[in-house]
Amino acid sequence: MGQEMKSNIYKGPNRLLTFLNSKKVAPYVFIFPFIISFTLLTFYPTIQAFVMSFQRILPGQTEFVGLSNYRRILNPTFYQAFQNTTTYVILTCVILVTVPIFLAAMLNSKFAKFSTFYRASLFIPSLASIIVAGTVFRLLFGETGSSFANQVIGWFGVEPIQWQYTSWSAMFLMVILSSWRWMGVNVMYYLAALQNVPLELYESADIDGANVFQKFFYVTVPHLKPIITFVTTISIINGFRMFEESYVFWETNSPGNIGLSMIGYMYTQGVQRNDMGFGAALGVIIILIIFVISIIQLNLTGAFKRGDE
Amino acid sequence: MKDTKTMLIKVIINCFFCVISLVALFPILSLLISSFRPSSELMRNGISLTIDWSNLSLNNYLYIFREAGDYWQWYGNSLIITTVTIVLSLFFSSMVGYAMAVYNFKGRNFVFLLVLLILMIPFEILMLPLYQLFIDLNLINTYFGIMLPLIVAPIAVFFFRQYALGLPKELMDAARIDGSTEYGIFFKIMMPLMLPSFAAMAILQGLSSWNNFLWPLLVIRSNDMFTLPVGLASLLTPYGNNYDILISGSVITILPIIILFIFFQKYFVSGLTVGGVKG
Repeated sequence: MGQEMKSNIYKGPNRLLTFLNSKKVAPYVFIFPFIISFTLLTFYPTIQAFVMSFQRILPGQTEFVGLSNYRRILNPTFYQAFQNTTTYVILTCVILVTVPIFLAAMLNSKFAKFSTFYRASLFIPSLASIIVAGTVFRLLFGETGSSFANQVIGWFGVEPIQWQYTSWSAMFLMVILSSWRWMGVNVMYYLAALQNVPLELYESADIDGANVFQKFFYVTVPHLKPIITFVTTISIINGFRMFEESYVFWETNSPGNIGLSMIGYMYTQGVQRNDMGFGAALGVIIILIIFVISIIQLNLTGAFKRGDE
Repeated sequence: MKDTKTMLIKVIINCFFCVISLVALFPILSLLISSFRPSSELMRNGISLTIDWSNLSLNNYLYIFREAGDYWQWYGNSLIITTVTIVLSLFFSSMVGYAMAVYNFKGRNFVFLLVLLILMIPFEILMLPLYQLFIDLNLINTYFGIMLPLIVAPIAVFFFRQYALGLPKELMDAARIDGSTEYGIFFKIMMPLMLPSFAAMAILQGLSSWNNFLWPLLVIRSNDMFTLPVGLASLLTPYGNNYDILISGSVITILPIIILFIFFQKYFVSGLTVGGVKG
């Protein structure tokens, strides 16, 4: 103890150390990595994304071209990408927000016997990388009559489908891949929230003679509202970010662009065609779309009302 | 009467979940079984329910262990990148999250607002300017370039902050009286107390890095720098000449993760559902 005190006194004169160690300065030293990474990896690119969207960028020379990039966005390929992405967002939202609620409610009930095993099996798909998952789905939904999917529909007398080459089945593949991967994670969100529903409410509902469905819709769902809003928000944002679900099936060239997403369009134009200005303009449009839709969605679900009350 | 009804519901729900579990595990199981099938057959027919059991062999694995030097190079790259990402990102993110929780400093709320803001901006939107920046900084095709965007992860900062809010601050004053520096307090006293949050974040960051695809795809230029997802994706051609490596390689990519999951299930779940902490 005495030894330590002494060594501290000897450190005393080192003014830089004393300065860095003061309670006022230390927190800034701690958050310094964040400041650097925010400036370099978020702030600068955000500004730059806007600037680039008004530029034509060629190696060694960059010129401002006004709104020209934005004007070029209004083309049939973009509409196709927009339509694909929006359909994808709607379908994945409907599936990934609603189905997990029912699964979680059932898992949470006293009826599910091997709950831990069910949870684990539902969760495992989220561990697989999109490439591995995509590989399996490509092989399961192969185009020949002997692939798994075509065998199954064959039992019902349906002719084999070329899954990767028809518009509706292309969407089906992407939606089912993403639903398979994220179902378990969303079930976990709901399960965590279900722990907080007071048991007395179910008991008093029992006394009032409510059946299972009434209890679910009048007790469980209202209590899950905040987490439903949360899951909807991340599903929308992740839906608009969709790129890899399409890449694993067609890389960047799907027949007739049936698998093209907005981020995919941004990637092909910005990176593959090296048209960075146009890609940046697409990025600005995508973020605006996400922003507007999130605001609408949060308004509809009343997430903003809490402040007024 | 009531008992038989409850019994019936139990049976129905459990049957239902057995089916659901099977559906969820089916793609993984079929990948595992397919990895023992001849790759030419996979390429021709895809994964099919009719399995010729006499045809199963370890050939794909023998091939990958003996011949596929590229694959192991990618495996090594992924291991290095993931390990370094976990260590650096946990170190930096915990520091930042901790400081935001225990100190009262000017700009603290603003910094927290920035963290939330970054959480809301999809990475893909910033991808092109970042790509341009990394070209200018000569970070293309380097390990550091692949890792950098993951190193101070806002989601981890957020999680560590929430966790550190519950730390006993009295310990800090006691340590100061004992002559400990602010940094000593963090590394010697508080960090050990935060260990459970490190486990969850190590898994989240490890998994994001191990499975990261789009950014490495942009930054990596040469085959010897490929990470596993980028490398495997390069084999995913319609010509199917590499399906032996693709299929056994996929199994070897996810098997360690599934084994880890079985042992550390709790941390996986809390790591992957962080966003819901204060949902």
